[in-house]
Amino acid sequence: MAAAARFWRKIPQRYNLIGTKCSACNKVYFPPRYICPVCRRAGKIEEFKLDGKGELVTYAVIYIAPRGFESQAPYIIGIVELDGGARVTTQIVDCDPKDVEIGMPVKAVFRKVNEDGESGVIYYGYKFTPMR
Amino acid sequence: MKIGIVGYGVYIPHYRIKVEEIARVWGKNPEAIKDGLLIEEKAVPGPDEDTITISVEAARYAVARAGIDPTEIGAIYVGSESHPYSVKPSATTVAEAIGATPALTAADYEFACKAGTAAIQTCMGLVGAKLVKYGVAIGADVSQGAPGDELEYTTAAGGAAYIIGAGDSLIANFEGFFSFTTDTPDFWRRDGQPYPRHGGRFTGKPAYFKHTISAAKGLMEKLGTTPKDYNYIVLHQPNGKFPIRAASELGFNMDQIKTGLLCPKIGNTYSGSSLIGFANVLDKAKPGEKILLVSFGSGAGSDAFSVVVDDSIDQKRNKAPLVSHFLNPCVYIDYAIYAKYKQKFKVATLP
Ligand SMILES: [Zn+2]
Repeated sequence: MAAAARFWRKIPQRYNLIGTKCSACNKVYFPPRYICPVCRRAGKIEEFKLDGKGELVTYAVIYIAPRGFESQAPYIIGIVELDGGARVTTQIVDCDPKDVEIGMPVKAVFRKVNEDGESGVIYYGYKFTPMR
Repeated sequence: MKIGIVGYGVYIPHYRIKVEEIARVWGKNPEAIKDGLLIEEKAVPGPDEDTITISVEAARYAVARAGIDPTEIGAIYVGSESHPYSVKPSATTVAEAIGATPALTAADYEFACKAGTAAIQTCMGLVGAKLVKYGVAIGADVSQGAPGDELEYTTAAGGAAYIIGAGDSLIANFEGFFSFTTDTPDFWRRDGQPYPRHGGRFTGKPAYFKHTISAAKGLMEKLGTTPKDYNYIVLHQPNGKFPIRAASELGFNMDQIKTGLLCPKIGNTYSGSSLIGFANVLDKAKPGEKILLVSFGSGAGSDAFSVVVDDSIDQKRNKAPLVSHFLNPCVYIDYAIYAKYKQKFKVATLP
């Protein structure tokens, strides 16, 4: 249950890419930060919803998958820079490993991320697909 | 007060499998199956897609097309025969993912392939009684046919979401509905069973045809309309043949049928089936045109709706992807990858 609770607290960021933004320096933080490391005490942090469109910065193709992900291998893990400037590490789906390219435009989709075995909680959240 | 559709959205997964590929595995003649069922290929969900993910994608597009503030949604009903949980609603995850929580009511519906249209009726009631401003009705499925069963050629994945509201900025409005429901054991799946069972030929005449035709006739009698009054008819599509035969028996022609008929290319998306076909008609229809929408759910029942397209369609249509966006390009997979994605076998795990 600890895992389920840990996930539950992060639902806004996992489902809807809710991060934070410092309105003093305009820097966007995802996952959200509650103190701006640039402005420190002069910073003004507010909630900020990323629009889910971005660009693939780099990636790796996973052939030896960890437990629970075996049936998805080979799959792509990438770093995506979002329009707000924040970077997220995420799975790139609906994309053949031979078609993936650094710099390609991608967008957020809602997918099953993991599950606690056959009887446990199913965790949902963002992944990214090539923009079509 | 006119009650109607404020926004709609669809989602169909990226993967397809052809009838030829399934027939190859089971040693069947693909041409006989394609002729018999009038289907060429079906949509297959990716390994990380289920009824909830499909519902969320469709609902997000519906909100985008409607251009509404999601916190004004007062009700969400998700109709499906493949909810990921037996206990824990799909509707709460959808509500959270589209930003509609927490001031709303939500529940899951189940009535084989017609749970989505039952959800539309509930939303019409809530909106009509001014109990909510907007209600979201979703029909989505990732249905399973047992390997080797004839259902395997058609059971597909996809969904559609409709935001029901009242007022002036409607895409289309409902003139009325008529439902026809009886206790008919044509198709079922017991709790805990992975695959459904069906009554073979029994699924046709006493089930699909009796209910769809009776609901459509009942509605036209109630409203005093005839097939000539409708530009389009959309029926539930368990295969490509049944809806054409039912529509013809009702007196509709192929010009009225073809726009809403997507089963030959995407398969039977169960709760999504008639609602995705209906979306494809809305993608193309002009203000003033009239649509007859008829769902069917085994067990058994049909909901028939008479729908008139409104002026807002032209301004809202391109605010979200059209059905055609999901039809190509798509990726064809073979039976082995299909079995892997649908988790039809156990995989080795690291020690
Ligand atoms: Zn700052």
